[in-house]
Amino acid sequence: MSNVIGIGASPKRKEDQRFLTGRGNYVSDIKRPGMTAGVFVRSPHGHAVLRGIDKAAALASPGVIAVLAGEDTAADKLGSLPCGWGISDAKGVPMKEPPFPMLAQGKVRFVGDMVAFVIAETPEQANAGAELLKIDYEVLPSVVGVLEAVRPGAPQLFDDVPNNICCDWELGDKAAVETAFRKAAHVAKLSLVNNRLIGNPMEPRAAIAEYEPGTDRFTLWTTSQFPHVVRFLMGALVLNIPQHKLRVVAPDVGGGFGVKQFHYGEEAVITWAAKRVKRPVKWVASRSEGYVSDRHGRDHVTEAELALDENGKFLAFRVNTLANMGGYLSTFGPNIPTNLYGPLLGGVYTTPAIYCNVKVVFTNTVPVDAYRGAGRPEATFVLERIVDVAASEMGIDRVEIRRRNMIPKEAYPYQTPVLVQYDCGDPMGCLDGALVAADVKDFGVRKAASASKGKFRGLGYSTYVEACGLAPSRFAGRLGARGGLYESATVRVHPTGQVTVMIGTHNHGQGHETTFAQIVSDKLGVAFENVDIVFGDTDRVQFGMGTYGSRSLVVGGAALSKATDKVIAKGKKIASHLLEAAEVDIHFESGKFSVAGTDRMKTFEEIAGAAYVPHNYPLEVLEPGLEEQAYYDPVNFTYPGGCHIAEVEVDPETGTVTLVNYTAVDDVGTVINPMIVEGQLHGGIVQGVGQALFENAVYDEGSGQLLSGSLMDYCMPRADHLPMMKVATHSTLCTHTPMGVKGCGEVGTIGSPAAVINAVVDALSHLGVTHVDMPATPNRIWRLLQNASLPVAAE
Amino acid sequence: MKPFAYHQPDQIPDAAKLLTTIEDSKLVAGGMTLIPTLKQRLASPPALVDLSKLGSLKGITDDGATITIGAMTPHAVVAASKLVQTKIPGLAALASMIGDPAVRSRGTIGGSVANNDPAADYPAGVLGLGATVITSTREIAADKFFLGLFETALEPGEIITAIRFPVPLKAGYAKFKAPASRYALVGMFVAKFADAVRVAVTGAGPGVFRVPPMEAALSENFEPSAIAAIKIDNDGLTSDIHAEADYRAHLVTVMAKRAVDAALS
Repeated sequence: MSNVIGIGASPKRKEDQRFLTGRGNYVSDIKRPGMTAGVFVRSPHGHAVLRGIDKAAALASPGVIAVLAGEDTAADKLGSLPCGWGISDAKGVPMKEPPFPMLAQGKVRFVGDMVAFVIAETPEQANAGAELLKIDYEVLPSVVGVLEAVRPGAPQLFDDVPNNICCDWELGDKAAVETAFRKAAHVAKLSLVNNRLIGNPMEPRAAIAEYEPGTDRFTLWTTSQFPHVVRFLMGALVLNIPQHKLRVVAPDVGGGFGVKQFHYGEEAVITWAAKRVKRPVKWVASRSEGYVSDRHGRDHVTEAELALDENGKFLAFRVNTLANMGGYLSTFGPNIPTNLYGPLLGGVYTTPAIYCNVKVVFTNTVPVDAYRGAGRPEATFVLERIVDVAASEMGIDRVEIRRRNMIPKEAYPYQTPVLVQYDCGDPMGCLDGALVAADVKDFGVRKAASASKGKFRGLGYSTYVEACGLAPSRFAGRLGARGGLYESATVRVHPTGQVTVMIGTHNHGQGHETTFAQIVSDKLGVAFENVDIVFGDTDRVQFGMGTYGSRSLVVGGAALSKATDKVIAKGKKIASHLLEAAEVDIHFESGKFSVAGTDRMKTFEEIAGAAYVPHNYPLEVLEPGLEEQAYYDPVNFTYPGGCHIAEVEVDPETGTVTLVNYTAVDDVGTVINPMIVEGQLHGGIVQGVGQALFENAVYDEGSGQLLSGSLMDYCMPRADHLPMMKVATHSTLCTHTPMGVKGCGEVGTIGSPAAVINAVVDALSHLGVTHVDMPATPNRIWRLLQNASLPVAAE
Repeated sequence: MKPFAYHQPDQIPDAAKLLTTIEDSKLVAGGMTLIPTLKQRLASPPALVDLSKLGSLKGITDDGATITIGAMTPHAVVAASKLVQTKIPGLAALASMIGDPAVRSRGTIGGSVANNDPAADYPAGVLGLGATVITSTREIAADKFFLGLFETALEPGEIITAIRFPVPLKAGYAKFKAPASRYALVGMFVAKFADAVRVAVTGAGPGVFRVPPMEAALSENFEPSAIAAIKIDNDGLTSDIHAEADYRAHLVTVMAKRAVDAALS
């Protein structure tokens, strides 16, 4: 059939028509009758006792309708913001889980902690009213770094969390690792910092809430990656609103990267407030507000040791990490540096024994949670860095040491010593492909050319694997998940044969409306333009866990594939009746149901029509209509991975690192839309390069002030920072997802930081440099060279 | 943004009068610093006096030994000016490095010089070329104009109308951009005249300043090598999360050499 655009094609993205012509529908575009404006008043202190709030002057300010604070939420017996994961220490003792009030009660614990909500007729009046609030703080010393937070005598955030340690978590066989270290011919050691990041989606967070007294229903429009989860967490656990009385809509959302996959206190306050003031309430964050309230990412301090035999075979890997949680536990907070970190420390290698200890630590900073990659970039960075350190110390080529330890393609499925079992992969194939694509054999020529200009050139490798497609619910449940992680899809075939899909994932830049339409077009033989994808509305979509962890295609796409199969199965029954043939003899291909060995057939449209006009229809055994639903819970994670090769040039005079070449060969399983996959890889790589070279969230110890609190001081990667990238796929097909897909949303971010830093270290290795912390800023590189008392290149 | 009155006079004396009669009122030229400050509610002047209707403040004129740039001339116009490119290419290059295209289209030379941001580019060009700041009431030599962090010799009600630049034999600007803001972490302007060399630094300290030892060395020999060994003192230089004072001091030498290179090329 014409206009079928199936799996493997690269049509232009359906959604771009509205985005590029300014017809998107974002939360801040939405206006409701009688809408009021809300402003959050946030703590200017990192740590303080909240002695009291005098609302009088604010309430008297023109246009101010209400001022709400923690005492009001307490009076209404509202719940604490819930954490979706409960982890435990080695003895099974659950993590410390202090309450996270939506508006501060008793104390504030980070700059940006919400203290009050001012509602007025206009945003200007709300701002003016907010400035008149008199808040009495008793300022306490702040602690912002994990090393400082666990020291005796450090400021304590919570009375019942000694040393600010939320959980002392571990994974792996500690004794086996110790035994292996005793036998090692060489032990490589590395101390590193994984820098704190701020996601900076282009669209700031925003929300509108409305209460309809006639139906006793609430509607919340919010910038969310998972509206159904917000409905559950907020309705069931915070505001005590029955699920059927709460609608959550996440319309077009301008980027998430994890920042929008949490239930935020702002959502709960606004929804609660809308009923109190009996009018819709709208809040749109400023960029500055986002910096101190959007959940941050990363922020680890790590000591790692790799034991090797005399041939450079890895015997054991030991990792001790302090992970920053910020001031409270966010939705996924404690899961990220533990369950999404430790199980990835095996990488693509056959390391037989691994032990990982993570101390999860509270500090006076914005809560830390998932940010693109979430735990897996941190694990990859530790592993891929220490492999380079070991290679350098043992005098083994960096590619060779990787080859000696890589899991061979034939050894899959491969059980790691850290819970996960990789179903398939070909890391050696990705490495070989990348070596060619990056023209590694002529690197020496390019290095000499750089040297002739007084520049140092370096090459860095990252051969990595990640766990995607979150997640098998049973597995996650054993690790502490408090919810399921399946996905659902409904395929609604209209009487005229067009298709509307209702799916529980959320599209905020990933191209789902295109990719999912291709799957349906391919499987049903329906024209690409005759498939619409509906998402982001709990009243329209049956259920869903949302989009994060590279799960949309892997889990949501699988549900969609299953639901589509059910449509075909029912269509065959209808066709069997209409064509007067046995059901087993009906074949469906290219949009036609035909009787095997004959030219008798019915089109997909004819079958759809018959299903809705059932005059000649087997009503005794088959319901009319053509709409099917499927839930899919994966049996395993998927394991995309690959090889990234970065090439940098360092100007020793200024310390500037320039990324001059970047090559990625990734195994993402089946590729539905190569253009979209390439775009995801580009974007992911850029975010990893951002972490490696530019981005750093810096707090002032003591005051808890965020020093990098705007785009003037927090450096996002820009187009002129980047070379043209060479991106290719070398796929093995996932053995357990319906289409063999593995997911591609995070691979770029996971593989790239280590590749870039390994390249920087390589460029400076002749000067004795063995490690560079991220971001490798000019100031940091220059200082490293100064401190090593090394000659700076001559004029 | 808080409410304010808005005035758009078409005569300089009217603008000056508004400024002196409305307490705490502010001039707005391109607004590239002021408008964000208003939006963040960090400033709330009762009135803005917009200079955009003052046609006499726009344009670039060739006076032979000098060129004069009207205070309301946007950076993009200076950068693209054939006259500036021919007579003082270093100044055109400087203008082309300010901010981003949007800022260069709106931001003006007068606004930049009057604001005297310690990391702005134009102060380096004005001081490095020994320019004259022409105001509604007088002429002020660059050496007397910049008084430190956001401080200038401007009196209340005094409005910059133009900057007059002497045409040098050679001049060059080299800027090490702060990674995020792209302001000058260190910006170096060097200018060679028949009788002297001037070297001005922006970004490194609380305000633009000259480097006499480099000027002396370059007067002897206008080559990068002449200043390669001259280090400025760290004292008084800025330290922040992007760069400590010693790194800025180091960059002063590196970027000065590159500015000389640019002037010679």
